[in-house]
Amino acid sequence: MTQTAPAALPRRRFRVGRRALPYLLSLPALLTCIGILIPFFTAVVYSLQRYRLSQPWARKFNWGENYLNFMSDPAFWNTFKVSMSYAILTVGIELLLGLGIALLLQKRTRFNNFVSIMLLMPLMTAPALASLMWKLMTNPGFGILSYFAELLGFEDFRWASDPSTALLTVVIVDVWVYTPFIMILLLAGLRSLPTQPFEAASLDGVPRLFVFWRITLPMLTPFLLTATLFRVIESIQQFDIIYAMTQGGPGDKLTVFQVEAYLNFFQFTNVGRSAALLMILWAITYFLSNVFIKNWLRLREKQRGEA
Amino acid sequence: MDTVSPLERVLRGLAITVVILFFMFPIVWIFLMSFQTNETILRVPPSVVFEPTLTNYTALITGKLETAAGTLEIAFMRNLWNSLFLSTASVAVGLLLGVPAAYAFGRLKFRGSEDIAFTLLSFRFAPPLLVLLPLTIYFQKIGLADTYVGLIWVYQLIVLPLILWIVRGYFEDIPADIEYAYRIAGHSWFSTFRKIALPLAGPGIAAAGLLAFIFAWNNFIFALVLASADKQPVTVGALAFVTASGIQYGQVAAGIVLSIAPTFALALYAQRYLVEGLSLGAVKG
Repeated sequence: MTQTAPAALPRRRFRVGRRALPYLLSLPALLTCIGILIPFFTAVVYSLQRYRLSQPWARKFNWGENYLNFMSDPAFWNTFKVSMSYAILTVGIELLLGLGIALLLQKRTRFNNFVSIMLLMPLMTAPALASLMWKLMTNPGFGILSYFAELLGFEDFRWASDPSTALLTVVIVDVWVYTPFIMILLLAGLRSLPTQPFEAASLDGVPRLFVFWRITLPMLTPFLLTATLFRVIESIQQFDIIYAMTQGGPGDKLTVFQVEAYLNFFQFTNVGRSAALLMILWAITYFLSNVFIKNWLRLREKQRGEA
Repeated sequence: MDTVSPLERVLRGLAITVVILFFMFPIVWIFLMSFQTNETILRVPPSVVFEPTLTNYTALITGKLETAAGTLEIAFMRNLWNSLFLSTASVAVGLLLGVPAAYAFGRLKFRGSEDIAFTLLSFRFAPPLLVLLPLTIYFQKIGLADTYVGLIWVYQLIVLPLILWIVRGYFEDIPADIEYAYRIAGHSWFSTFRKIALPLAGPGIAAAGLLAFIFAWNNFIFALVLASADKQPVTVGALAFVTASGIQYGQVAAGIVLSIAPTFALALYAQRYLVEGLSLGAVKG
């Protein structure tokens, strides 16, 4: 932060209120957010308490007990495991698929541009509504996908209502919604790469697979990193798709962090445990978002420098 | 790239076709479903040949649902209106608060400005429930529970960082000399901001507004936690509608079509800015 102070010096010649002005301008936005920060600290306090809405009289500080209980709590480890599997599966598939589609659409042709715009539609669909669409398509009674599954020989394929395929189903919905995000980021990245290395390689007759691994991929890495981190942070917090599809079921198959916290708060009225769960999720995303922001800033500087 | 073998052409064509099928099929299918009655929806095997009907849409728009048990009132139009109102108001408030702040962060740079900007950005990445759950209790205490004002305030959590970071980039891109020249000609700070900076950053502000609108419209969790039935936007309302309508699947499909049409239209309109907005200004489209 020490670097920004000298940078402000040359602008001293601005007259009236030059010092107060920036603070005044940003104050309303800050106040709005501070109002939102208070609940954050409240959540920290809740997480250190034994606090059930059903037993308000028994509310007291138990300090780290909520967190310590997690160590031996199979439900917590299930939540942890489901969240991680969800994040790794969705982001992994989306990355491969997004990169593949971006490579297919790389050339700036009228057709490619049209397809890339069309593919944005899933991304513009509210995730909760996307889940609802897939729910209609996987309905055992009339769902077109249930019908297809039967044609392919899967007897009584129950998609999200079957414990063994529930995760698969929500992962497919997530892939459907968010692959276009990675695709357009990588497409923009691919199209912004300098052309000289590629021309040189093609003049020298370098095999295309070699070009991909040694030139395209390394040059695309900052974009890949930004897209991946962005998605991991969001995916690990996914709520809309899962809640709209099964509300965490069947059983505890899909109780990812936010869904588990939601159920703990509203169904089991266990505020303390709910807050502690969210604090752990926050710690994970805080760490990831710090890595992300650093990488993102570097990319931003680079892009602005070139623009 | 210029020497593409016929085999590769075929494979590429095939890959593109599969991609388009996977991503477009659900939208097309739900769209078709919205013009069908339960009889044609429940046919086995499913078929795309049917007599299109507008009854689903008329039922939603008039708010009267004819079922075997009698006429049912549906409030779907109310949900649609709530979505429109909440998103528009949130973006308006977000722009009002965010644009001056973006100018302060982007142009005036002050002590701590980077730290504050990052704190605001980090809201974008924090789990929303962490804030929402204590907020339900607070809102009940201060009388903001289940009010539009409370919801619009919470919506700033997604709207404000988006506007701040996109618009800030646009202000940074305006050459500072233009503004200095105008100031030296004797104009006040405010008229410089209004006559020079705002118009030059105009496209960015518009893009940020449109994107923020889409994000606000698509939001689900805020209203799920904080709003009761008569304040809920379509994302939450549609889910309740499934249970309420019982077995009227065509109407559910029509509801989905009506709920996603506005964001599609806006996205098409603002597609030039989508890349930049979605990456918070890191990647230029």
